[in-house]
Amino acid sequence: MEGEAPRLLDLIPKDRDWVGKGVCKVKNGIEEKLELRLGLPGEENEKEEKQSAKSAFSLSFSENVSKRTFLGSVVTNEGKGTERKASGAPPVAHGTRTINSSIANNSSQTRTSNAPVVGWPPIRSFRKNLASSSNSKSPLETRDGGPVNGNKADSNKKGCFVKINMDGIPIGRKIDLQAYGDYDELSSAVDQLFRGLLAAQRDPLVNEKSGGENNQGIKGLLDGSGEYTLVYEDEEGDRVLVGDVPWKMFISTAKRLRVLKTSDLSVSSINTVSRKRAATEC
Amino acid sequence: MREEISDMSEDDETGERARWAPDLSKNRSDDSDSGPGPPIGDSPPPFSDQVLENVLENVLEFLTSRRDRNAASAVCRSWYRAEAQTRRELFIGNCYAVAPHRAVERFQSIKSVVLKGKPRFADFNLVPFGWGAQFEPWVKSFGAAYQHLERICLKRMSVTDKDLTIIAESFPLFKDLTLICCEGFSTLGLAVIAERCRHLRVLDLIEDYLEDEDDEVVDWISRFPETTTSVESLVFDCVTCPFNFDALERLVARSPSLQRLRVNHHVALEQLRRLMARAPQLTHLGTGTFRSEVGFGEVDPNLDLVSAFGASRSLVCLSGFREIEPEFLPAIYPVCANLTSLNFSFANLTAEELNPVIRQCHNLQTFWVLDSVGDEGLRAVAESCRDLRELRVFPLDPTEDSDSSVSDIGLQFISEGCRKLRSILYFCQRMTNAAVVAMSKNCPDLVVFRLCIMGRHLPDRITGEPMDAGFRAIVMNCKKLTRLSVSGLLTDKAFEYIGCYGKLIRTLSVAFAGDSDGGLRYVLEGCTRLQKLEIRDSPFGDASLISGLPFYYNMRFLWMSSCNLSMRGCKEVARNKPNLVVEVIRDAVEEEEEEIEAVEKLYLYRSLAGARTDVPAFVKIL
Repeated sequence: MEGEAPRLLDLIPKDRDWVGKGVCKVKNGIEEKLELRLGLPGEENEKEEKQSAKSAFSLSFSENVSKRTFLGSVVTNEGKGTERKASGAPPVAHGTRTINSSIANNSSQTRTSNAPVVGWPPIRSFRKNLASSSNSKSPLETRDGGPVNGNKADSNKKGCFVKINMDGIPIGRKIDLQAYGDYDELSSAVDQLFRGLLAAQRDPLVNEKSGGENNQGIKGLLDGSGEYTLVYEDEEGDRVLVGDVPWKMFISTAKRLRVLKTSDLSVSSINTVSRKRAATEC
Repeated sequence: MREEISDMSEDDETGERARWAPDLSKNRSDDSDSGPGPPIGDSPPPFSDQVLENVLENVLEFLTSRRDRNAASAVCRSWYRAEAQTRRELFIGNCYAVAPHRAVERFQSIKSVVLKGKPRFADFNLVPFGWGAQFEPWVKSFGAAYQHLERICLKRMSVTDKDLTIIAESFPLFKDLTLICCEGFSTLGLAVIAERCRHLRVLDLIEDYLEDEDDEVVDWISRFPETTTSVESLVFDCVTCPFNFDALERLVARSPSLQRLRVNHHVALEQLRRLMARAPQLTHLGTGTFRSEVGFGEVDPNLDLVSAFGASRSLVCLSGFREIEPEFLPAIYPVCANLTSLNFSFANLTAEELNPVIRQCHNLQTFWVLDSVGDEGLRAVAESCRDLRELRVFPLDPTEDSDSSVSDIGLQFISEGCRKLRSILYFCQRMTNAAVVAMSKNCPDLVVFRLCIMGRHLPDRITGEPMDAGFRAIVMNCKKLTRLSVSGLLTDKAFEYIGCYGKLIRTLSVAFAGDSDGGLRYVLEGCTRLQKLEIRDSPFGDASLISGLPFYYNMRFLWMSSCNLSMRGCKEVARNKPNLVVEVIRDAVEEEEEEIEAVEKLYLYRSLAGARTDVPAFVKIL
């Protein structure tokens, strides 16, 4: 996935504030209108169609094939959509939609724009927000106030739990980034977390809790000098080396951590912060 | 998940046909019993007939199926009376289809009531708050008439604490309260039920929305009788507010008949272990958060948890896992082989985390999961759960452009591994016709096929064609199909196929599909068993609505929102069919008197009760 990112970046004009996947998260004026806009399929502007279609596609499926074919079917819809509008009562505008053909939009935009359609996808409300609640959950007792159930209160501040996975270890863990004050503390915590598991993987006879004398520590996570390197995934899903940004910025943007084998890292697959800065508009 | 949930969500296989005048122009439905109305002013039958009637009553006691009972009641007046005397369960699929007093007059010895209210799209915020389905008029009628009432099961009704109080006060033998997708009550009402229903066996709260303010939460768990209770099932995972855990632990300890316990997300692993120690006989367990309340590396509850599950030899159904910490999953290994039902639909698990668990669940028949496990996770399911009957794959991120990691590939795996599949609900971003076709061929026993391609109007991921071919295969090859939900880019052709081959379909859900009026016509004319039709955001207009006139009396309801309907068409339907209630629902109430021609939401249903009197301002009955 990361390998295709440079191609997309080449397509985007330099004043666009985009990196990585081409999903619309931009804040300039045109994109805002597009985000709000939700029309029926078939209301399109030819000019914007190609560029938006390319940029609107995420990298989760084959780009070339689906782009062509999707555009093909989009055109079909456009023809029918026009007929529909010409005859009889106009399609009913629903909720947040505005039927404004002067705004550049097409079916791909209406699909991938962030403006929600009421009740779609058809999921009951208690099933929503699972992604956010499992990534950064607060301690049990602060959720609804009043420890009626007698839960012991650890602290009142919300934890910032992120998943952390290590290469070669099937089960991940969760750590609370707010529990640490700086990168060194985080690094040693990661070392503690996985040291025993790693040893157990290498030698099944070693108990995870056995004494640490024989266990090698996991070192050099932050500077590339060790066997493993710590990376994180940010809000946009990009992988970034840990250690470049100020600590506070790190804990607010990191969504997930990974401990990768240093030898597996390739230069192009991991963004460093400086590369990200070059690609974005300051 | 209780078995009843699946039953409630499918259409009832015995149509709850009451007294419907047959539509002689198109009398297609084969269970069109159309007997006379309740006899008014009969003289008592002669003695010999009375004897026969008594004999008949004894026989009819054994008749439980609704459809059989409806048929029996249509034979003649004597049979009608006998059936009415002996009916014990009252099923009303649409609370507005009949008035409470009429139901109560006809059936006088009811022990169990099942009552459904709002249309299903209310779950997705398409029905404005305050639309209706109040339980109050029903509970008042029942309270006056049914001294022996033992069971009430409500779905999508508006239930207040006052209604719950009436239940507690009116029915001395009351045993079973099941509320599904209801709202309007609070822990106060639960406290009244707990305290006064001394014979309570079942209190199941499933996906309800409680009205508690944080500072007004009542300690309802403490209100159960202090003596040994007869409670068999206590399900309250939807109750979001905290509760008195110590009281629950004591309650569990003095409830030897307890089989099903599903707690809410205020229960951590340490507490779960305590509960399990008190109730090793449990068959169904909702595990709360499945997360430790202490930090890492402090106390390791793993050992105790493993032995707790090891001691629970009867567990067949596990759910909960609301904030799962996967490192504790190995604790459930001892029960995996016995599990027939596993609900991971709140557990953000990867395929690697799922794998060691699912590999052991050879006997699993029902599995709910999040798409975080990806196609790889589904492959493991397909390889391990050969007996699977029901699969539901929910989206971790239910938005249109999210990174769902399940696709046609996962569906293909499932179709190849789980040949006995009967029911599937599958959320994904993209799909192919080939995978759907494969499922239609590999899983011929499918009764429920619900595919939700979350991106609207999306065609086949590989060929770029509409998804018509896939759904065609489903209706052609799955000859037992009674419930279908369609999605993706669909032309009128898809509906032509559905109308042509979907002869057993009772429930059909359509969203963002079709090209023209023809699509809906195909369905209305072709699907002869259609009971429930819900449509949104599809280009069907007045002509298609009117084409369905001969069929609406044979259906429970039709819902159409954001289609191309106008008042003219809806009024014509209302004019033509006096026993149809035609509701036009607006989102906001305009100040001006004149009505808008375009109809945003239409809900029509057959009814003996006529236009309801509890209509809010935003609903207009034509």
